[in-house]
Amino acid sequence: MAEEVILLDFWPSPFAMRVGIALREKGVEFDLREEDLSNKSPLLLKMNPVHKKVPVLVHNGKPVCESLVIVEYIDETWVRRCPLLPSDPYERACARFWADYVETKTYSAARKVWPSTGEAQEVAKKEFIECLKVLEGELGDKAYFGGERFGYVDVSLVPLYSWFYALEASANFSVAEECPKLVAWAKRCMQRESVAKSLPDQYKVYEYMLELKKKIRAQ
Amino acid sequence: GEGRGREADRGWPSPFVMRPRIALNLKGVEYEFLEEKLGVKSDLLLRSNPVHKKIPVLLHAGRPVCESLIIVQYIDDAWPSSGPSILPSDPYDCATARFWAAYLDEKWFPAMSGIARAQGEEAKKAALDQVVEGLSLLEDAFGKISKGKPFFGGDTVGFLDIALGCFLGWLRVTEKMNGMKLLDEAKVPGLAKWAERFCAHDAVKGVMPETEKLAEFAKLIMAKFKAAAPPPQ
Repeated sequence: MAEEVILLDFWPSPFAMRVGIALREKGVEFDLREEDLSNKSPLLLKMNPVHKKVPVLVHNGKPVCESLVIVEYIDETWVRRCPLLPSDPYERACARFWADYVETKTYSAARKVWPSTGEAQEVAKKEFIECLKVLEGELGDKAYFGGERFGYVDVSLVPLYSWFYALEASANFSVAEECPKLVAWAKRCMQRESVAKSLPDQYKVYEYMLELKKKIRAQ
Repeated sequence: GEGRGREADRGWPSPFVMRPRIALNLKGVEYEFLEEKLGVKSDLLLRSNPVHKKIPVLLHAGRPVCESLIIVQYIDDAWPSSGPSILPSDPYDCATARFWAAYLDEKWFPAMSGIARAQGEEAKKAALDQVVEGLSLLEDAFGKISKGKPFFGGDTVGFLDIALGCFLGWLRVTEKMNGMKLLDEAKVPGLAKWAERFCAHDAVKGVMPETEKLAEFAKLIMAKFKAAAPPPQ
């Protein structure tokens, strides 16, 4: 049966990048459609009426929303290649725990860094670096978060790497100085085709952030 | 398989703590329930959940599992042949259940707990409107997902039943404290009847707190919150 797989995407979105990575790891052919978030497509509004956000995976006409939910769905649907979640129940729980930490603590900390200024930015920066250090501690000397194999936690976190330059430039710090092992891990992930193809250039993201800052200030 | 779980738990008022208890009950797994004292975090809790220092924590064979919905999925994975499956077997149904669970934890429950904390009538109304809108979305979802069966999980209590059902106690308290019906049979008939069935279920009965007790606990918490809050300018 012919599979129809569409990814509703927004190129700077680290959430959307997760889905791109997962699909490419599995070797799934998909139709990548860029959304203009200021002018959302009828398809996006129809497929994600609750949140009206990207990413959305449309698989044979049926929508799946929320990036980590989509990644698990991809893992459970295309089972033959590159399992992303471990098979052991305890290891699965650990993987989900760390992906949740990335989602609820790390990404939200990152979001507060670039738009803020002064004292508020210092606080946000500290919180973000703290999250990265916790993650670096969890990574330890392993090649990937799950051990030898690239997996779920790596997919959940690595898109943030494309935002490192933008974050560093806006708050005057260096991730490489604070968390060298984490940067080494990110570069290791970037050697995978799935990751290299799904992450935009850091400088492009930096320019996007500057544009966004301008718009926010204008309001 | 056989196995014993141990739970470090601050107890009966927390909807998040209810979730793994229901799951363990469904699986017929015996467990020890350790109540944490309010306001004091035990050494065991701090060792088991150093990242968040929060309950619930499930200790199985000495290893900690944290975050209520992750624990529920772990229980389903770790005791696959005991009791019913908690997660649906079909990946798409699974994704649907997970989507709504995420909605509950990220949008709906924060709105509901925001009602009590809302400053002023307008803010309160906005929070209430969000809760009501959410219930309408969930009513619609229930119709599509249950397909005429008694639970979101079909014939048995499943992941989404647990994810939403744990909030029923607090929903009733909110109704009581605001003098309004939220789980209105006229507006959300499917959910209203589902709620009765859920609360009557064997796996739920013993762990669902009584509304009266919960309302008293809520008053205590609100008093503490108001006492700690800075005076209005």
